[in-house]
Amino acid sequence: MTAVETSREAPMVEAVNVCKSFGSAAVLKGIDLEVRRGEVMTLLGPSGSGKSTFLRLINHLETLSAGRLYVDGQLVGYSERNGRLHELPPSAVQRRRAEIGMVFQRFNLFAHMTALQNVMEAPVGVRREKREAVRKRALELLDRVGLADKASSYPSALSGGQQQRVAIARALAMQPKLMLFDEPTSALDPELVGEVLDVMKDLARSGMTMVVVTHEIGFAREVADHAVFIDGGVVVESGNPAQMLTDPRHPRTKAFLGKVL
Amino acid sequence: MTAISAPRIQEEPVVPLRRPGRWVTYAVAAVLAAMFVHTLLTNKNFGWDVVGNYLGSGEILAGLGKTIELTVIAMAIGIVLGVVLAVLRLSANPAMKGFASLYIWFFRGTPVFVQLLFWGYASALYPRLGIGIPFGPQFVSAPTNVLITPFIAAILGLGLNEGAYMAEVVRAGILSVDRGQTEAAQALGMSRLRTLRRVVLPQAMRVIIPPTGNQVITMLKTTSLVSVLAFPELLYSAQLVYSTNFKTIPLLITASLWYLLMTSVLNVGQHFLERRFNRSERAVSRRAAAEIPSEGR
Repeated sequence: MTAVETSREAPMVEAVNVCKSFGSAAVLKGIDLEVRRGEVMTLLGPSGSGKSTFLRLINHLETLSAGRLYVDGQLVGYSERNGRLHELPPSAVQRRRAEIGMVFQRFNLFAHMTALQNVMEAPVGVRREKREAVRKRALELLDRVGLADKASSYPSALSGGQQQRVAIARALAMQPKLMLFDEPTSALDPELVGEVLDVMKDLARSGMTMVVVTHEIGFAREVADHAVFIDGGVVVESGNPAQMLTDPRHPRTKAFLGKVL
Repeated sequence: MTAISAPRIQEEPVVPLRRPGRWVTYAVAAVLAAMFVHTLLTNKNFGWDVVGNYLGSGEILAGLGKTIELTVIAMAIGIVLGVVLAVLRLSANPAMKGFASLYIWFFRGTPVFVQLLFWGYASALYPRLGIGIPFGPQFVSAPTNVLITPFIAAILGLGLNEGAYMAEVVRAGILSVDRGQTEAAQALGMSRLRTLRRVVLPQAMRVIIPPTGNQVITMLKTTSLVSVLAFPELLYSAQLVYSTNFKTIPLLITASLWYLLMTSVLNVGQHFLERRFNRSERAVSRRAAAEIPSEGR
């Protein structure tokens, strides 16, 4: 397993006492965790627990209030000199962000572009890759998520599950080293959840490092290497998903799972 | 069985409600229309023969051309300025934000007629204009009256004023685009400018186009204010004619007919533009489909 072989390297994501407050409301109160290379981590927790905020901190869509958050050994939005954080210029943030794929709850496909154009936009526009090579790769990615025949469809003509699969292909087109999923199936009709989870399982098997915020306990149990339960802005419990999800140690985890399952 | 095999429903006849009020309004409208037509035909002061003579005359058509030219140039300035100001107003830079707000506050807060007069009398404020180092020497300069001709004054007055209004139109369009679109673009590593150009503005167009059509129609009529700068657009051309032949009313009618014709054309154009930009439910792009090589399908 790649996860075992590479476990001695620096972790892909390392959070050290990560804190985040919006005004006077403290959302994250000191999160410490590690995501190793090739590992799939699921973040579980009640809504408002801060798990989505933590995910958005990883690619600097939100700014840190305190603590350190490293991706592949680097701070994403900052550089650190003499123990102080310095804001990075936008171009540097953009370069680091481009290496982190993100999939949103509401898909957020560009509504005025076809599926293929959505997938091609960033590699061509941001990385300045050759159009022809990107088109080939984009079509392969759409094929991989089972949507080769929808390449020229606009998002409005696709189902929620299809849109989310295009969104995954769009993120993969940048060949990221890390994929973030922010409740990727929460906005889907129940019968469409499976097709998105299948794509994510396939991605996990290919060795992609993934951090997944989800309510899909089944996915967590089946695919994740590591499960973390967050509540009230702190990590309540973390560990092996099979163990944690069937026999949680902490009463709050137990109460949450009792409601979800 | 018959209920299923014979779904035809016999419509029952219903006696319609009497609406005597309608007949009264028809009668009143008919009388008013008759009076209107009667006065148009019998009041010699309308001077329809004079209207007919001047409608296609050289001086009026030249004025019409100038009006169209002013409208196009001032609108172009207004749209470009509007996009820039809207972006500045939404920017994170407090200085830029402040500048845009101040600009919009000033140009929307004073009448465009007064602004036009200011540009027309610019030489009374600054007799010479030049380029140089701030608070230092000037390299080149020229008399203001040479630089700011009535045409330039008209374009500056109309365009800079329009910019303030277009800024609000564009800003509303930008704000109408879902925040998730920007976040997705950022997550892909796009810069702010690229996000704006490739993702936000194209989607904002649907909200921007209809009020912009209104602005064009308003601008076409507002150009008539430029007559005060003695610039020979449509209204001033008509004024020039009636100042010599004293056929004031017929020439004002001549100008009005042209304004009406042009706004009608613009109305039709706007209708089609709106229909085009409301096609949100496009299923498959034909152009995009052609881009895909056959093995990809």
